[in-house]
Amino acid sequence: MPGDQPADLSQTAIDAVVADALAAFAAASTSAELKEARLAHAGERSPLALANRAIGTLPGPERKDAGQRLGAARAAVNAALAEREAGIGAAELTQRLAAERMDVTLPVELAPEGAPHPITALMDLMGDVFVAMGWEIAEGPEAEGEWLNFDALNIGPDHPARGTTDTLFVAPLENHIVLRTHTSPVQIRSMLDRPLPIYVVCPGKVYRADEFDATHVPVFHQIEGLVVDKGISLAHLKGTLDHLARSMFGDGIETRMRPHYFPFTEPSAEVDLKCFVCRGESVGNPDAPCRTCKSQGWIEWGGCGVVNPRVLAACGIDTDTYSGFAFGMGIERTLMFRNNAADMRDMVEGDVRFSRSLKGMAR
Amino acid sequence: MRAPLSWLAEHVDLPDGLTGRALGEVLIRAGLEVERVEELGSDVTGPVVVGRVLAYADEPQKNGKTIRWVQVDVGPEHNEPHPDYPQGCRSVVCGAHNFAVGDLVVVSLPGAVLAGGFAIAARKTYGHTSDGMICAEDELGIGHDHTGIIVLPPVDDHGRALEPGDDPAGVLHLRDDVLEIDVSPDIGYCLSIRGLAREAGQNLGVRFTDVVARTTPTTRVDGYPVRLDDDACPLFVALGVSGIDPSRPTPRWMARRLVMAGMRSISLAVDITNYVMLETGQPLHAYDASLLKGEIVVRKARAGESLVTLDDVTRALDPDDLLITDDTGPIGLAGVMGGQSTELRETTTEVVIEAASFDPTTISRTLRRHNLPSEASKRFHRGVDPAAAYSAAHLAARLLVELAGGTLSAAETVAGAVPAMPSQAIDADLPSRILGLPVSRERVVEILRASGCDVEIDGDRLSMVPPTWRPDLRDPYDYVEEVGRKIGFDKLPSIVPPAPVGRGLTADQRARRAIGSRVAAGGFVEVLTFPFASVEDLDRMGVPDDDRRRALVRLANPLAETAPFLRTSILPGLFAAVGRNTSRGNDDLALYEAGRVFFAGSGAATPIPSVAGRPSADELAAIEAALPVQPRHLAAVLCGQWRRAGWQGEAVEAGWAQSFAFADQAAAALGATLERRPADQAPWHPGRCAALVLGGEVVGHAGELHPAVVRAFGLPARTAAVELDLDALVRLAPGTGSILPVSGHPVAKEDVALVVADGVGAGDVRQALVEGAGDLLESISLFDVFTGGQVPPGHRSLAFALRFRAPDRTLTDAETAAARDAAVSLAAERCGAVLRDF
Repeated sequence: MPGDQPADLSQTAIDAVVADALAAFAAASTSAELKEARLAHAGERSPLALANRAIGTLPGPERKDAGQRLGAARAAVNAALAEREAGIGAAELTQRLAAERMDVTLPVELAPEGAPHPITALMDLMGDVFVAMGWEIAEGPEAEGEWLNFDALNIGPDHPARGTTDTLFVAPLENHIVLRTHTSPVQIRSMLDRPLPIYVVCPGKVYRADEFDATHVPVFHQIEGLVVDKGISLAHLKGTLDHLARSMFGDGIETRMRPHYFPFTEPSAEVDLKCFVCRGESVGNPDAPCRTCKSQGWIEWGGCGVVNPRVLAACGIDTDTYSGFAFGMGIERTLMFRNNAADMRDMVEGDVRFSRSLKGMAR
Repeated sequence: MRAPLSWLAEHVDLPDGLTGRALGEVLIRAGLEVERVEELGSDVTGPVVVGRVLAYADEPQKNGKTIRWVQVDVGPEHNEPHPDYPQGCRSVVCGAHNFAVGDLVVVSLPGAVLAGGFAIAARKTYGHTSDGMICAEDELGIGHDHTGIIVLPPVDDHGRALEPGDDPAGVLHLRDDVLEIDVSPDIGYCLSIRGLAREAGQNLGVRFTDVVARTTPTTRVDGYPVRLDDDACPLFVALGVSGIDPSRPTPRWMARRLVMAGMRSISLAVDITNYVMLETGQPLHAYDASLLKGEIVVRKARAGESLVTLDDVTRALDPDDLLITDDTGPIGLAGVMGGQSTELRETTTEVVIEAASFDPTTISRTLRRHNLPSEASKRFHRGVDPAAAYSAAHLAARLLVELAGGTLSAAETVAGAVPAMPSQAIDADLPSRILGLPVSRERVVEILRASGCDVEIDGDRLSMVPPTWRPDLRDPYDYVEEVGRKIGFDKLPSIVPPAPVGRGLTADQRARRAIGSRVAAGGFVEVLTFPFASVEDLDRMGVPDDDRRRALVRLANPLAETAPFLRTSILPGLFAAVGRNTSRGNDDLALYEAGRVFFAGSGAATPIPSVAGRPSADELAAIEAALPVQPRHLAAVLCGQWRRAGWQGEAVEAGWAQSFAFADQAAAALGATLERRPADQAPWHPGRCAALVLGGEVVGHAGELHPAVVRAFGLPARTAAVELDLDALVRLAPGTGSILPVSGHPVAKEDVALVVADGVGAGDVRQALVEGAGDLLESISLFDVFTGGQVPPGHRSLAFALRFRAPDRTLTDAETAAARDAAVSLAAERCGAVLRDF
């Protein structure tokens, strides 16, 4: 090391020191080696630093000249050092990145895979279509007064649906409490409780004394809608159902109404959904059959109609001024054709694989 | 209702070539539920011809059967040369014996395919080569009879002689389209060929000919004596036919139609009554006149009366049952089923035909009371055209005369009269307003008249009297529907009604959705279970007798006797779901369910107010008061592993910690923090159960299940569970909340380790520290629980990290120390905590 020797400020000496430094930097291949070279050739005790210190001892004119030459030399050394640092740094980073490569296909899990039940997800999704239209979601009890479940809906005391073969009753029978057979009593409650006009949907659990098989469960879910306003017509019902169909199944998917009979609506209709898979193309086309609509082009979806004025009257609504419409569809049934659920029993048996199968979404 | 196209075509001028499918489409648009159209006979293809039996030989077989080796002339086109017969023939093996030489039979030749895809080929059997098959009804798909082969009449329905080689399809009525229609309760008139033909005519715009052509005469009882003692029977027609030949068979065309319509051929007289019922919609009953005793009286049942019905069942009668009686007592349940004592026998030669009108509600009650759905009751409880009774009785009588050789008595009985139909008036624009489609007054009138209504026009008002077959036309909107049906709902415009501005989901609805999203995202899987319960479940959970969960609501007609109550807890349902999952190999479970539970209410009855107007406030309050209390609960159950062992680390067992975490997440979704207190509550482990407290109220419990409960329900060891009153949680959760100021001054950290006795809860110590530290405390967390070492036995060391910060300044060491000391000293005072040196 040339450190403690008296400084030789000749250009030749300076050039040699610079050459030494550049050679040492170039020879360094790691940051550690470079650090060593830096201390030796650009550190406080390096020949250049010592030479710098020696400048002060020179007489004026020589001092200026030596200072300029030393300055140039130090700039050259520092530039070379910076360049080498950058080079080694980049190489080492590349090395580190290569060394730290990991298997990104390893499974990671913050929490177990949870999911809402597909029925819940679909019910929320359908409700949201109506909330976006300005409607509200109405709810009510599941054990319900017979008057609200039947009489107020123009389902008279002799209607077969009121028998114990169709409806589950709370004991004793003479207490007139049933497990609601549809969410329609919530419509009645809405008409009794809410100010007019009324725009509500009623999603929820309903009960029937039904058999339990692949297409029937005694406890299932419905969503019903009710509008009571001035000037409401069947055309408004059609428009609403079409909007629901488009919202859930895409543009171009509309509904069809077929006349039917329900005590609580008049006129009444069954509502069919245009097949959202084949869009009717499978009808009469055996080469391209459609599983979703069984090549019918339409899928039975629910029931609907103009609210029977007898129902409005039972809720104290002026039938000369107001009219309304109502509709209802099964959530389970919708899930079956919308998301290919094959067996209704799966929906109530609580198998986690069923709940997880939509990955939490009712897409 | 199953309606053969050929039968409909006799009543309405259907366009040439109209298929059953095409007619079905028309009727669907008109609101009839055409479930399917069967193309009968379309599956029988290839050579099926009329054959004449030329000769046969009976050949006994080793298997005990005797087969016939038959030579049959099948016409010049199909005959093969035969040495004995110049015209040729085919030889076939036949198992039946119900034919003779010279009979005409139906022969399917090789190449034919019969009903069900049964292909015919020449085949070796019983030592012969059988060159075809002589057909029975079932093989052609026209009936179920396989007792013998079909023997054809010598002439067809038009009197033309049948010849070998002819197509037998016509005489067999082999090909027809049958429309199967699910008739909704309001259009009972469509349970007849007459009604469907009328609908077809109106919707196709073609001529309909009404088979009900006779006007009902005024009351005359000069035939069989009949007395009507009850308003539920306004009309009773009785005709007598004598001298019928009971040996006459039902003609093939009639039997075929009955089968196509879904009925069975029984005997000629019974078949005639059924045939006329299908055609007119008017149920008929035929009595053996020799078995009737005295006057027929229609009346309600008397106490203690009973009747043996046609199906051989003795039925105890209800005073509300409407009966047909004679001097011997009840002889029939009116409109539902006849009695055995007067039913037609194989020897019957004299009959009395009944065609009556009955009140639908009365019939409907009787049919449900006795659970006796029949072709008659199906029609009567929907309403039968009373004006059809007289014509229908005469149609049946004429057939008995023509087909059974009987003689119609000139004396006839018409008791009562056709009731008048109720009139109704509407604004002429009501259909336009309710349908949302302009319909002119003229079009409304035209449609209603075409439907059979009498319509009077009075300016903008229309007055209607419906036809006798339309009891469903009653209210103004019934007429709107009739107009709408006839125009077609497919013509309606599609208009979204503009709703007023809505308020979105309610706060409660948002809260419940937030909880569901949070716990699902947190690893819990929602399941839906049946909300039914049993006492045994509560016993197995160890629920004490005085627990509210014992206030069960019983069902009068439960789906299963093993679960006759409504649930008061969601947990048993989840336990069952755990069992189903583990039995299928899903061992690591974190299940949850949100739903209502039911606690017994007052036990009072809910009133049934009038539907004429809004019930009174008292009536509505009485309904509410009588209903069970039905709060929503939220429950979860955990077992197996919360996290499986993997490359990241060891397995984490699911247990009480996750049950608490579930409750904490549910609360956190609402910005609430639950306090946990030790609790002893079934079905939990008494040392591992927390009461979950919010706003001073216990809103639920969580923890590890009691080992006895785990055993009783067959659950995996250390299964944990949580159940919350969801409504209470939502109700008690804080409201809007406010944003905390964010201080930019530095934080001061202090760790303290406190030694406390084992019975002291970490939560209590934490609470004391929080309160003692005062406002400068920004956060606190428990980072270590330590026993052993210098910690005395029966004690634990709890280490907390405290972070202090002031909103407006940098805290001095002295300030921080003072706050820490205040915290520790309150913990010492409240919990006996002793500061431990590290």
